[in-house]
Amino acid sequence: MRGRLKKAGLPYALLLPGLGWLLIFFVIPLAYMAFESLKIGTLDTGYTFNWEFANYTEALSDFSEQFARSFEYAGLATLIALLIGYPLAYVIAFRAGRWRNALLLAVIVPFFVTYLIRTLSWETILSDSGLVVETLRTVGIVSEDGRLLDTTVSVVMGITYNYLPFMILPLYASLERIDVRLLEAGYDLYGRRRDVFFRVTLPLSMPGVVAGTLLTFIPAAGDFINAELLGTPNQFMIGNVIQSRFLELADYPTAAALSFILMALMLAVVLVWARVAGTEALLGTEGEARR
Amino acid sequence: MRTRRKLLDGFLNVYAGLALLYLLVPIAIIIVFSFNDPRGRFNFIWQEFSFDAWTDPFGGPVPGIGDALATSVEIAVLSTLVATALGTLTALALVRYEFRGRAPVNFFIFIPLATPEVVLGAALLSLFLNFSVATGFSTILIAHIMFNLSFVIITVRSRLIGFDRSLEEAAQDLGATPWQTFWLVTFPLILPGVISAALLAFALSLDDFVITNFTSGSTITFPVFVWGAARVAIPPQIYVIASMIFLVTLAAMLLTVWQQRRAERMASVRPEPA
Repeated sequence: MRGRLKKAGLPYALLLPGLGWLLIFFVIPLAYMAFESLKIGTLDTGYTFNWEFANYTEALSDFSEQFARSFEYAGLATLIALLIGYPLAYVIAFRAGRWRNALLLAVIVPFFVTYLIRTLSWETILSDSGLVVETLRTVGIVSEDGRLLDTTVSVVMGITYNYLPFMILPLYASLERIDVRLLEAGYDLYGRRRDVFFRVTLPLSMPGVVAGTLLTFIPAAGDFINAELLGTPNQFMIGNVIQSRFLELADYPTAAALSFILMALMLAVVLVWARVAGTEALLGTEGEARR
Repeated sequence: MRTRRKLLDGFLNVYAGLALLYLLVPIAIIIVFSFNDPRGRFNFIWQEFSFDAWTDPFGGPVPGIGDALATSVEIAVLSTLVATALGTLTALALVRYEFRGRAPVNFFIFIPLATPEVVLGAALLSLFLNFSVATGFSTILIAHIMFNLSFVIITVRSRLIGFDRSLEEAAQDLGATPWQTFWLVTFPLILPGVISAALLAFALSLDDFVITNFTSGSTITFPVFVWGAARVAIPPQIYVIASMIFLVTLAAMLLTVWQQRRAERMASVRPEPA
Protein backbone atom coordinates (compact mmCIF):
# COMPACT_ATOMS: atom_id res chain seq x y z
CA MET A 1 0.00 0.00 0.00
CA ARG A 2 1.72 3.19 1.23
CA GLY A 3 1.35 4.80 -2.18
CA ARG A 4 4.06 2.65 -3.64
CA LEU A 5 1.67 0.88 -5.93
CA LYS A 6 1.19 2.75 -9.16
CA LYS A 7 -2.18 4.55 -9.13
CA ALA A 8 -3.33 2.57 -12.16
CA GLY A 9 -2.64 -0.74 -10.45
CA LEU A 10 -4.35 0.00 -7.15
CA PRO A 11 -7.97 -0.65 -8.22
CA TYR A 12 -6.97 -3.99 -9.70
CA ALA A 13 -5.13 -4.92 -6.52
CA LEU A 14 -8.27 -4.12 -4.52
CA LEU A 15 -10.44 -6.13 -6.89
CA LEU A 16 -8.20 -9.15 -7.07
CA PRO A 17 -9.10 -11.04 -3.87
CA GLY A 18 -12.89 -10.67 -4.21
CA LEU A 19 -13.12 -11.23 -7.93
CA GLY A 20 -10.52 -13.99 -7.75
CA TRP A 21 -12.73 -15.81 -5.26
CA LEU A 22 -15.76 -15.45 -7.52
CA LEU A 23 -13.71 -16.58 -10.50
CA ILE A 24 -12.46 -19.74 -8.80
CA PHE A 25 -15.61 -20.68 -6.92
CA PHE A 26 -18.34 -19.36 -9.22
CA VAL A 27 -17.16 -19.00 -12.84
CA ILE A 28 -14.92 -22.06 -13.00
CA PRO A 29 -17.53 -24.36 -11.35
CA LEU A 30 -20.13 -23.21 -13.89
CA ALA A 31 -17.69 -23.82 -16.73
CA TYR A 32 -16.90 -27.21 -15.29
CA MET A 33 -20.60 -28.01 -15.03
CA ALA A 34 -21.01 -27.09 -18.70
CA PHE A 35 -18.30 -29.65 -19.45
CA GLU A 36 -20.05 -32.16 -17.18
CA SER A 37 -23.36 -31.66 -18.97
CA LEU A 38 -21.89 -32.98 -22.24
CA LYS A 39 -20.64 -36.25 -20.79
CA ILE A 40 -22.03 -39.70 -21.44
CA GLY A 41 -22.02 -42.81 -19.30
CA THR A 42 -23.48 -44.32 -16.15
CA LEU A 43 -22.54 -44.07 -12.51
CA ASP A 44 -20.93 -47.54 -12.60
CA THR A 45 -18.85 -47.08 -15.73
CA GLY A 46 -18.08 -43.44 -15.03
CA TYR A 47 -18.83 -40.46 -17.21
CA THR A 48 -16.73 -39.46 -20.20
CA PHE A 49 -16.81 -36.29 -22.25
CA ASN A 50 -18.49 -36.82 -25.62
CA TRP A 51 -20.14 -33.52 -26.76
CA GLU A 52 -23.35 -35.25 -25.76
CA PHE A 53 -25.88 -32.53 -26.62
CA ALA A 54 -28.61 -35.15 -26.44
CA ASN A 55 -28.39 -34.73 -22.64
CA TYR A 56 -30.09 -31.38 -23.09
CA THR A 57 -32.91 -32.53 -25.36
CA GLU A 58 -33.50 -35.59 -23.21
CA ALA A 59 -33.47 -33.60 -19.98
CA LEU A 60 -35.93 -31.12 -21.45
CA SER A 61 -38.34 -33.75 -22.73
CA ASP A 62 -38.06 -36.02 -19.68
CA PHE A 63 -38.71 -33.21 -17.24
CA SER A 64 -40.86 -30.80 -19.25
CA GLU A 65 -43.60 -31.32 -16.68
CA GLN A 66 -41.39 -30.13 -13.80
CA PHE A 67 -40.09 -27.21 -15.85
CA ALA A 68 -43.63 -26.13 -16.69
CA ARG A 69 -44.65 -26.53 -13.06
CA SER A 70 -41.69 -24.47 -11.80
CA PHE A 71 -42.57 -21.55 -14.01
CA GLU A 72 -46.28 -21.91 -13.30
CA TYR A 73 -45.77 -21.93 -9.52
CA ALA A 74 -43.17 -19.16 -9.62
CA GLY A 75 -45.41 -17.05 -11.86
CA LEU A 76 -48.43 -17.59 -9.63
CA ALA A 77 -46.44 -16.83 -6.49
CA THR A 78 -45.05 -13.66 -8.07
CA LEU A 79 -48.52 -12.48 -9.08
CA ILE A 80 -50.00 -13.19 -5.64
CA ALA A 81 -47.01 -11.52 -3.94
CA LEU A 82 -47.57 -8.44 -6.10
CA LEU A 83 -51.27 -8.36 -5.22
CA ILE A 84 -50.50 -8.74 -1.51
CA GLY A 85 -47.39 -6.58 -1.50
CA TYR A 86 -48.38 -3.54 -3.55
CA PRO A 87 -51.18 -2.29 -1.29
CA LEU A 88 -49.05 -2.93 1.78
CA ALA A 89 -46.06 -1.09 0.31
CA TYR A 90 -48.43 1.73 -0.72
CA VAL A 91 -49.84 2.08 2.79
CA ILE A 92 -46.35 2.02 4.34
CA ALA A 93 -45.04 4.62 1.89
CA PHE A 94 -47.97 7.08 1.98
CA ARG A 95 -50.11 6.45 5.04
CA ALA A 96 -47.94 5.06 7.80
CA GLY A 97 -46.54 8.32 9.18
CA ARG A 98 -44.33 7.66 12.15
CA TRP A 99 -45.14 3.92 12.05
CA ARG A 100 -43.26 3.61 8.79
CA ASN A 101 -40.03 2.14 10.18
CA ALA A 102 -41.86 -0.22 12.51
CA LEU A 103 -43.94 -1.53 9.60
CA LEU A 104 -40.86 -1.96 7.42
CA LEU A 105 -39.28 -3.94 10.24
CA ALA A 106 -42.39 -6.12 10.37
CA VAL A 107 -42.00 -6.80 6.63
CA ILE A 108 -38.50 -8.21 7.07
CA VAL A 109 -39.22 -10.05 10.33
CA PRO A 110 -39.80 -13.36 8.47
CA PHE A 111 -36.18 -13.22 7.35
CA PHE A 112 -35.08 -13.44 10.97
CA VAL A 113 -36.32 -17.00 11.15
CA THR A 114 -34.48 -19.81 9.36
CA TYR A 115 -36.00 -20.44 5.92
CA LEU A 116 -36.65 -24.12 6.53
CA ILE A 117 -38.38 -23.40 9.83
CA ARG A 118 -40.57 -20.69 8.32
CA THR A 119 -41.70 -23.36 5.88
CA LEU A 120 -42.22 -25.91 8.66
CA SER A 121 -44.42 -23.32 10.33
CA TRP A 122 -46.70 -23.44 7.28
CA GLU A 123 -46.74 -27.21 7.66
CA THR A 124 -48.05 -26.63 11.18
CA ILE A 125 -50.61 -24.04 10.05
CA LEU A 126 -51.96 -26.08 7.16
CA SER A 127 -51.77 -29.50 8.81
CA ASP A 128 -54.78 -31.76 8.48
CA SER A 129 -56.19 -31.29 11.95
CA GLY A 130 -54.96 -27.70 12.27
CA LEU A 131 -57.17 -24.69 12.82
CA VAL A 132 -57.20 -23.47 9.20
CA VAL A 133 -58.29 -26.74 7.66
CA GLU A 134 -60.88 -27.34 10.41
CA THR A 135 -62.36 -23.89 9.85
CA LEU A 136 -62.44 -24.25 6.07
CA ARG A 137 -64.10 -27.64 6.46
CA THR A 138 -66.78 -26.18 8.69
CA VAL A 139 -67.44 -23.37 6.23
CA GLY A 140 -67.45 -25.89 3.41
CA ILE A 141 -64.62 -24.50 1.29
CA VAL A 142 -62.63 -27.66 1.90
CA SER A 143 -64.51 -30.95 1.74
CA GLU A 144 -64.79 -33.23 4.79
CA ASP A 145 -61.72 -35.29 3.91
CA GLY A 146 -60.07 -32.55 1.87
CA ARG A 147 -56.69 -31.18 2.82
CA LEU A 148 -54.47 -28.21 2.14
CA LEU A 149 -51.09 -29.70 2.92
CA ASP A 150 -49.47 -31.62 0.05
CA THR A 151 -51.41 -29.71 -2.58
CA THR A 152 -50.60 -27.04 -5.15
CA VAL A 153 -52.23 -24.51 -2.82
CA SER A 154 -49.84 -25.20 0.04
CA VAL A 155 -46.74 -25.14 -2.18
CA VAL A 156 -47.66 -21.87 -3.94
CA MET A 157 -48.62 -20.37 -0.60
CA GLY A 158 -45.27 -21.31 0.89
CA ILE A 159 -43.31 -19.91 -2.05
CA THR A 160 -45.32 -16.69 -1.96
CA TYR A 161 -44.69 -16.33 1.74
CA ASN A 162 -40.98 -17.00 1.61
CA TYR A 163 -40.27 -14.44 -1.12
CA LEU A 164 -42.88 -11.79 -0.26
CA PRO A 165 -40.41 -9.40 1.43
CA PHE A 166 -38.34 -9.40 -1.79
CA MET A 167 -41.44 -8.04 -3.50
CA ILE A 168 -42.43 -5.50 -0.87
CA LEU A 169 -39.05 -3.81 -0.27
CA PRO A 170 -38.35 -2.64 -3.86
CA LEU A 171 -42.02 -1.65 -4.24
CA TYR A 172 -41.74 0.44 -1.10
CA ALA A 173 -38.43 1.96 -2.24
CA SER A 174 -39.90 3.17 -5.52
CA LEU A 175 -43.21 4.36 -4.02
CA GLU A 176 -41.46 6.25 -1.26
CA ARG A 177 -39.36 8.13 -3.81
CA ILE A 178 -42.42 9.52 -5.61
CA ASP A 179 -42.75 13.29 -5.24
CA VAL A 180 -46.12 13.80 -3.52
CA ARG A 181 -46.52 17.11 -5.38
CA LEU A 182 -46.98 15.15 -8.59
CA LEU A 183 -49.97 13.38 -7.06
CA GLU A 184 -51.34 16.70 -5.78
CA ALA A 185 -50.96 18.16 -9.26
CA GLY A 186 -53.01 15.26 -10.55
CA TYR A 187 -55.83 16.00 -8.09
CA ASP A 188 -55.62 19.75 -8.78
CA LEU A 189 -56.19 18.97 -12.43
CA TYR A 190 -59.41 17.24 -11.41
CA GLY A 191 -58.02 13.76 -11.79
CA ARG A 192 -60.11 11.20 -10.02
CA ARG A 193 -58.34 8.95 -7.58
CA ARG A 194 -58.34 6.12 -10.01
CA ASP A 195 -56.84 8.33 -12.76
CA VAL A 196 -54.11 9.63 -10.49
CA PHE A 197 -53.24 6.12 -9.42
CA PHE A 198 -53.16 4.57 -12.86
CA ARG A 199 -51.57 7.54 -14.64
CA VAL A 200 -49.15 8.85 -12.05
CA THR A 201 -48.48 6.54 -9.09
CA LEU A 202 -48.39 3.21 -10.89
CA PRO A 203 -46.15 4.31 -13.81
CA LEU A 204 -43.75 5.98 -11.38
CA SER A 205 -43.57 2.83 -9.28
CA MET A 206 -42.82 0.57 -12.24
CA PRO A 207 -39.12 0.25 -11.36
CA GLY A 208 -40.21 -1.25 -8.05
CA VAL A 209 -42.69 -3.55 -9.75
CA VAL A 210 -40.04 -4.83 -12.16
CA ALA A 211 -37.38 -5.25 -9.47
CA GLY A 212 -39.84 -6.89 -7.06
CA THR A 213 -41.26 -9.32 -9.60
CA LEU A 214 -37.77 -10.37 -10.69
CA LEU A 215 -36.45 -10.73 -7.14
CA THR A 216 -39.46 -12.92 -6.37
CA PHE A 217 -39.67 -14.89 -9.60
CA ILE A 218 -36.00 -15.82 -10.00
CA PRO A 219 -35.46 -17.56 -6.65
CA ALA A 220 -39.01 -18.98 -6.74
CA ALA A 221 -38.43 -20.75 -10.07
CA GLY A 222 -35.37 -22.51 -8.66
CA ASP A 223 -36.93 -23.35 -5.30
CA PHE A 224 -37.43 -26.92 -4.18
CA ILE A 225 -37.82 -26.63 -0.42
CA ASN A 226 -41.49 -25.63 -0.47
CA ALA A 227 -42.39 -28.44 -2.87
CA GLU A 228 -40.47 -30.91 -0.70
CA LEU A 229 -41.87 -29.86 2.68
CA LEU A 230 -45.37 -28.67 1.73
CA GLY A 231 -46.01 -30.89 -1.29
CA THR A 232 -45.63 -34.39 -2.68
CA PRO A 233 -43.79 -35.65 -5.79
CA ASN A 234 -46.87 -34.46 -7.69
CA GLN A 235 -45.86 -30.89 -6.83
CA PHE A 236 -42.12 -31.35 -7.45
CA MET A 237 -40.42 -28.57 -9.33
CA ILE A 238 -37.24 -28.58 -11.39
CA GLY A 239 -35.14 -27.76 -8.33
CA ASN A 240 -36.26 -31.03 -6.75
CA VAL A 241 -35.17 -32.91 -9.84
CA ILE A 242 -31.76 -31.21 -10.01
CA GLN A 243 -31.08 -31.84 -6.37
CA SER A 244 -32.13 -35.49 -6.40
CA ARG A 245 -30.34 -36.23 -9.71
CA PHE A 246 -27.21 -34.70 -8.28
CA LEU A 247 -27.21 -35.78 -4.64
CA GLU A 248 -29.23 -38.99 -4.64
CA LEU A 249 -28.82 -40.54 -8.09
CA ALA A 250 -25.35 -39.13 -8.92
CA ASP A 251 -26.59 -38.55 -12.49
CA TYR A 252 -24.33 -35.55 -12.95
CA PRO A 253 -24.71 -34.99 -16.72
CA THR A 254 -28.51 -34.77 -16.51
CA ALA A 255 -28.39 -32.55 -13.40
CA ALA A 256 -25.89 -30.24 -15.11
CA ALA A 257 -27.92 -30.05 -18.32
CA LEU A 258 -31.09 -29.32 -16.30
CA SER A 259 -29.27 -26.51 -14.48
CA PHE A 260 -28.30 -24.78 -17.71
CA ILE A 261 -31.75 -25.22 -19.23
CA LEU A 262 -33.24 -23.67 -16.09
CA MET A 263 -30.89 -20.69 -16.31
CA ALA A 264 -31.53 -20.22 -20.03
CA LEU A 265 -35.31 -20.28 -19.50
CA MET A 266 -35.03 -17.85 -16.62
CA LEU A 267 -32.88 -15.52 -18.68
CA ALA A 268 -35.50 -15.66 -21.44
CA VAL A 269 -38.25 -14.75 -18.98
CA VAL A 270 -36.18 -11.88 -17.56
CA LEU A 271 -35.43 -10.49 -21.04
CA VAL A 272 -39.04 -10.70 -22.17
CA TRP A 273 -40.23 -9.06 -18.95
CA ALA A 274 -37.57 -6.36 -19.28
CA ARG A 275 -38.79 -5.74 -22.85
CA VAL A 276 -42.37 -5.47 -21.71
CA ALA A 277 -41.77 -3.36 -18.63
CA GLY A 278 -38.91 -1.24 -19.92
CA THR A 279 -35.18 -1.74 -19.58
CA GLU A 280 -34.76 1.55 -17.79
CA ALA A 281 -36.94 0.33 -14.98
CA LEU A 282 -34.82 -2.79 -14.77
CA LEU A 283 -31.47 -1.09 -14.53
CA GLY A 284 -32.63 1.95 -12.61
CA THR A 285 -33.20 0.31 -9.27
CA GLU A 286 -31.25 -2.90 -9.35
CA GLY A 287 -29.37 -3.13 -6.09
CA GLU A 288 -29.46 0.57 -5.49
CA ALA A 289 -32.46 0.60 -3.16
CA ARG A 290 -31.81 3.55 -0.91
CA ARG A 291 -33.21 3.92 2.56
CA MET B 1 -68.06 10.72 -2.97
CA ARG B 2 -66.68 11.48 0.49
CA THR B 3 -67.98 8.29 2.01
CA ARG B 4 -66.75 6.26 -0.93
CA ARG B 5 -63.28 7.65 -0.44
CA LYS B 6 -63.40 6.87 3.29
CA LEU B 7 -64.59 3.39 2.51
CA LEU B 8 -61.72 2.85 0.09
CA ASP B 9 -59.22 4.15 2.64
CA GLY B 10 -60.59 1.84 5.28
CA PHE B 11 -60.53 -1.09 2.90
CA LEU B 12 -56.92 -0.36 1.96
CA ASN B 13 -55.84 -0.23 5.59
CA VAL B 14 -57.61 -3.47 6.44
CA TYR B 15 -56.05 -5.13 3.39
CA ALA B 16 -52.57 -3.95 4.41
CA GLY B 17 -53.24 -5.18 7.95
CA LEU B 18 -54.16 -8.62 6.63
CA ALA B 19 -51.01 -8.68 4.51
CA LEU B 20 -48.94 -7.93 7.61
CA LEU B 21 -50.78 -10.66 9.46
CA TYR B 22 -49.88 -13.11 6.69
CA LEU B 23 -46.23 -12.13 7.15
CA LEU B 24 -46.20 -12.38 10.92
CA VAL B 25 -48.51 -15.26 11.86
CA PRO B 26 -46.06 -18.05 10.87
CA ILE B 27 -43.38 -16.40 13.00
CA ALA B 28 -45.77 -16.13 15.95
CA ILE B 29 -46.68 -19.82 15.47
CA ILE B 30 -43.02 -20.77 15.76
CA ILE B 31 -42.61 -18.88 19.02
CA VAL B 32 -45.89 -20.20 20.46
CA PHE B 33 -45.18 -23.80 19.45
CA SER B 34 -41.73 -23.64 21.02
CA PHE B 35 -43.69 -23.74 24.29
CA ASN B 36 -45.73 -26.73 23.22
CA ASP B 37 -45.46 -30.15 24.79
CA PRO B 38 -46.26 -32.27 21.74
CA ARG B 39 -47.46 -35.86 21.78
CA GLY B 40 -45.56 -37.89 19.25
CA ARG B 41 -42.69 -36.79 17.10
CA PHE B 42 -44.23 -33.90 15.19
CA ASN B 43 -44.97 -30.53 16.67
CA PHE B 44 -48.12 -29.77 14.65
CA ILE B 45 -50.95 -29.79 17.16
CA TRP B 46 -51.17 -27.67 20.29
CA GLN B 47 -51.22 -29.83 23.42
CA GLU B 48 -50.17 -27.91 26.48
CA PHE B 49 -47.90 -25.13 27.62
CA SER B 50 -44.46 -26.20 28.74
CA PHE B 51 -41.02 -24.72 29.38
CA ASP B 52 -39.40 -28.13 28.78
CA ALA B 53 -37.92 -27.33 25.39
CA TRP B 54 -36.62 -23.95 26.57
CA THR B 55 -34.92 -25.38 29.65
CA ASP B 56 -33.33 -28.13 27.55
CA PRO B 57 -32.86 -26.54 24.10
CA PHE B 58 -30.08 -28.88 22.97
CA GLY B 59 -31.75 -32.09 24.11
CA GLY B 60 -34.94 -33.61 22.84
CA PRO B 61 -35.59 -36.78 20.85
CA VAL B 62 -33.11 -35.96 18.05
CA PRO B 63 -29.58 -35.45 19.39
CA GLY B 64 -26.95 -33.24 17.82
CA ILE B 65 -28.84 -29.96 17.59
CA GLY B 66 -26.31 -28.10 19.74
CA ASP B 67 -23.32 -29.24 17.68
CA ALA B 68 -25.14 -28.34 14.48
CA LEU B 69 -25.86 -24.84 15.79
CA ALA B 70 -22.24 -24.39 16.89
CA THR B 71 -21.02 -25.41 13.43
CA SER B 72 -23.44 -22.98 11.80
CA VAL B 73 -22.32 -20.09 13.97
CA GLU B 74 -18.66 -20.90 13.37
CA ILE B 75 -19.14 -20.95 9.61
CA ALA B 76 -21.24 -17.79 9.73
CA VAL B 77 -18.57 -15.89 11.70
CA LEU B 78 -15.69 -17.00 9.48
CA SER B 79 -17.48 -16.51 6.17
CA THR B 80 -18.71 -13.08 7.31
CA LEU B 81 -15.19 -11.96 8.20
CA VAL B 82 -13.66 -13.08 4.92
CA ALA B 83 -16.54 -12.01 2.66
CA THR B 84 -16.80 -8.60 4.33
CA ALA B 85 -13.08 -7.93 4.02
CA LEU B 86 -12.80 -9.02 0.39
CA GLY B 87 -16.14 -7.48 -0.59
CA THR B 88 -15.31 -4.12 0.97
CA LEU B 89 -12.05 -3.93 -1.00
CA THR B 90 -13.91 -4.75 -4.21
CA ALA B 91 -16.58 -2.15 -3.49
CA LEU B 92 -13.91 0.47 -2.77
CA ALA B 93 -12.28 -0.24 -6.12
CA LEU B 94 -15.61 -0.05 -7.93
CA VAL B 95 -16.74 3.25 -6.47
CA ARG B 96 -13.52 5.12 -5.96
CA TYR B 97 -11.54 4.44 -9.11
CA GLU B 98 -12.03 4.83 -12.81
CA PHE B 99 -10.45 1.86 -14.50
CA ARG B 100 -10.77 -0.21 -17.59
CA GLY B 101 -13.34 -2.96 -17.13
CA ARG B 102 -15.31 -1.28 -14.35
CA ALA B 103 -18.68 -1.54 -16.10
CA PRO B 104 -18.39 -5.28 -16.83
CA VAL B 105 -17.30 -5.92 -13.23
CA ASN B 106 -20.29 -3.93 -11.96
CA PHE B 107 -22.51 -6.16 -14.07
CA PHE B 108 -20.67 -9.36 -13.22
CA ILE B 109 -21.24 -9.12 -9.46
CA PHE B 110 -25.00 -9.42 -10.04
CA ILE B 111 -24.74 -12.74 -11.84
CA PRO B 112 -24.19 -14.93 -8.75
CA LEU B 113 -27.28 -13.30 -7.21
CA ALA B 114 -29.39 -14.12 -10.26
CA THR B 115 -28.21 -17.72 -10.37
CA PRO B 116 -30.55 -20.21 -8.67
CA GLU B 117 -29.08 -21.52 -5.44
CA VAL B 118 -29.52 -25.10 -6.52
CA VAL B 119 -27.35 -24.37 -9.57
CA LEU B 120 -24.68 -22.64 -7.46
CA GLY B 121 -24.54 -25.65 -5.16
CA ALA B 122 -24.50 -28.19 -7.98
CA ALA B 123 -21.75 -26.32 -9.86
CA LEU B 124 -19.53 -26.11 -6.79
CA LEU B 125 -20.01 -29.78 -6.01
CA SER B 126 -19.11 -30.64 -9.64
CA LEU B 127 -15.84 -28.82 -9.14
CA PHE B 128 -15.09 -30.43 -5.79
CA LEU B 129 -15.89 -33.90 -7.11
CA ASN B 130 -13.71 -33.40 -10.15
CA PHE B 131 -10.71 -32.38 -8.10
CA SER B 132 -11.50 -34.98 -5.42
CA VAL B 133 -11.86 -32.34 -2.74
CA ALA B 134 -13.44 -33.93 0.32
CA THR B 135 -16.59 -31.97 1.17
CA GLY B 136 -17.05 -30.78 4.74
CA PHE B 137 -16.48 -27.76 6.93
CA SER B 138 -13.99 -26.02 4.62
CA THR B 139 -16.05 -26.51 1.44
CA ILE B 140 -19.12 -25.10 3.19
CA LEU B 141 -17.01 -22.13 4.22
CA ILE B 142 -15.76 -21.60 0.64
CA ALA B 143 -19.32 -21.72 -0.67
CA HIS B 144 -20.65 -19.29 1.94
CA ILE B 145 -17.89 -16.77 1.24
CA MET B 146 -18.72 -17.07 -2.45
CA PHE B 147 -22.44 -16.33 -2.18
CA ASN B 148 -21.92 -13.66 0.48
CA LEU B 149 -19.41 -11.71 -1.63
CA SER B 150 -21.94 -10.24 -4.06
CA PHE B 151 -24.25 -9.19 -1.24
CA VAL B 152 -21.39 -7.48 0.60
CA ILE B 153 -20.09 -5.73 -2.52
CA ILE B 154 -23.52 -4.38 -3.40
CA THR B 155 -24.35 -3.26 0.15
CA VAL B 156 -21.04 -1.49 0.73
CA ARG B 157 -21.07 0.00 -2.76
CA SER B 158 -24.50 1.57 -2.29
CA ARG B 159 -23.24 3.20 0.92
CA LEU B 160 -20.05 4.44 -0.75
CA ILE B 161 -21.87 6.26 -3.53
CA GLY B 162 -22.07 9.85 -2.37
CA PHE B 163 -18.95 9.49 -0.27
CA ASP B 164 -17.20 12.87 0.12
CA ARG B 165 -13.66 12.47 -1.18
CA SER B 166 -12.62 15.96 -0.09
CA LEU B 167 -12.36 14.62 3.47
CA GLU B 168 -9.60 12.28 2.38
CA GLU B 169 -7.89 15.01 0.42
CA ALA B 170 -7.97 17.18 3.51
CA ALA B 171 -6.29 14.43 5.53
CA GLN B 172 -3.58 14.04 2.90
CA ASP B 173 -3.05 17.81 2.74
CA LEU B 174 -2.47 17.67 6.48
CA GLY B 175 0.32 15.17 5.93
CA ALA B 176 -1.40 11.84 6.55
CA THR B 177 0.01 8.84 4.73
CA PRO B 178 -2.44 6.86 2.54
CA TRP B 179 -2.47 4.17 5.24
CA GLN B 180 -3.35 6.68 7.98
CA THR B 181 -5.91 8.31 5.72
CA PHE B 182 -7.60 5.00 5.17
CA TRP B 183 -7.77 3.93 8.81
CA LEU B 184 -8.45 7.35 10.35
CA VAL B 185 -10.77 8.90 7.75
CA THR B 186 -12.07 6.49 5.12
CA PHE B 187 -12.73 3.46 7.29
CA PRO B 188 -14.73 5.22 10.04
CA LEU B 189 -16.86 6.85 7.33
CA ILE B 190 -17.68 3.62 5.53
CA LEU B 191 -18.01 1.59 8.75
CA PRO B 192 -21.85 1.76 8.92
CA GLY B 193 -22.06 0.28 5.41
CA VAL B 194 -19.51 -2.38 6.28
CA ILE B 195 -21.45 -3.29 9.44
CA SER B 196 -24.76 -3.65 7.57
CA ALA B 197 -23.02 -5.80 4.99
CA ALA B 198 -21.49 -7.99 7.69
CA LEU B 199 -24.86 -8.43 9.45
CA LEU B 200 -26.48 -9.39 6.16
CA ALA B 201 -23.70 -11.85 5.38
CA PHE B 202 -23.94 -13.40 8.84
CA ALA B 203 -27.71 -13.84 8.56
CA LEU B 204 -27.50 -15.30 5.05
CA SER B 205 -24.81 -17.76 6.08
CA LEU B 206 -26.69 -18.90 9.19
CA ASP B 207 -29.84 -19.39 7.11
CA ASP B 208 -28.46 -21.12 4.05
CA PHE B 209 -29.58 -24.65 3.38
CA VAL B 210 -29.55 -25.28 -0.38
CA ILE B 211 -25.91 -24.53 -1.18
CA THR B 212 -24.75 -25.98 2.14
CA ASN B 213 -26.56 -29.23 1.42
CA PHE B 214 -24.50 -29.68 -1.75
CA THR B 215 -21.16 -28.85 -0.15
CA SER B 216 -21.51 -30.21 3.38
CA GLY B 217 -20.45 -33.83 3.04
CA SER B 218 -21.07 -35.27 6.47
CA THR B 219 -20.78 -31.94 8.31
CA ILE B 220 -24.09 -30.87 9.81
CA THR B 221 -25.14 -27.23 10.11
CA PHE B 222 -28.35 -26.14 11.83
CA PRO B 223 -30.44 -25.95 8.60
CA VAL B 224 -29.05 -29.31 7.44
CA PHE B 225 -30.02 -30.73 10.84
CA VAL B 226 -33.55 -29.35 10.48
CA TRP B 227 -33.84 -30.83 7.00
CA GLY B 228 -32.75 -34.24 8.21
CA ALA B 229 -34.97 -34.07 11.27
CA ALA B 230 -38.04 -32.83 9.37
CA ARG B 231 -38.54 -36.28 7.83
CA VAL B 232 -38.51 -38.18 11.11
CA ALA B 233 -39.49 -35.70 13.81
CA ILE B 234 -39.92 -32.00 14.51
CA PRO B 235 -39.11 -31.59 18.21
CA PRO B 236 -40.04 -28.26 19.82
CA GLN B 237 -36.30 -27.73 20.38
CA ILE B 238 -36.01 -26.77 16.71
CA TYR B 239 -38.54 -24.01 17.28
CA VAL B 240 -36.72 -22.93 20.44
CA ILE B 241 -33.46 -22.46 18.53
CA ALA B 242 -35.33 -20.66 15.75
CA SER B 243 -36.92 -18.34 18.33
CA MET B 244 -33.51 -17.66 19.85
CA ILE B 245 -32.00 -16.82 16.44
CA PHE B 246 -35.04 -14.62 15.78
CA LEU B 247 -34.65 -12.70 19.04
CA VAL B 248 -30.90 -12.22 18.63
CA THR B 249 -31.32 -11.00 15.04
CA LEU B 250 -34.11 -8.65 16.05
CA ALA B 251 -31.97 -7.24 18.87
CA ALA B 252 -28.97 -6.78 16.56
CA MET B 253 -31.19 -5.06 14.00
CA LEU B 254 -32.71 -2.65 16.53
CA LEU B 255 -29.28 -1.94 17.97
CA THR B 256 -27.79 -0.99 14.58
CA VAL B 257 -30.76 1.19 13.72
CA TRP B 258 -30.45 2.94 17.07
CA GLN B 259 -26.69 3.29 16.68
CA GLN B 260 -27.03 4.72 13.17
CA ARG B 261 -29.66 7.22 14.28
CA ARG B 262 -27.36 8.34 17.04
CA ALA B 263 -24.48 8.70 14.56
CA GLU B 264 -26.72 10.73 12.25
CA ARG B 265 -27.76 12.99 15.10
CA MET B 266 -24.15 13.53 16.07
CA ALA B 267 -23.18 14.22 12.46
CA SER B 268 -25.98 16.74 12.10
CA VAL B 269 -24.82 18.88 15.03
CA ARG B 270 -21.18 18.90 14.01
CA PRO B 271 -21.14 21.98 11.70
CA GLU B 272 -22.18 24.33 14.49
CA PRO B 273 -19.22 25.90 16.26
CA ALA B 274 -18.97 24.92 19.89
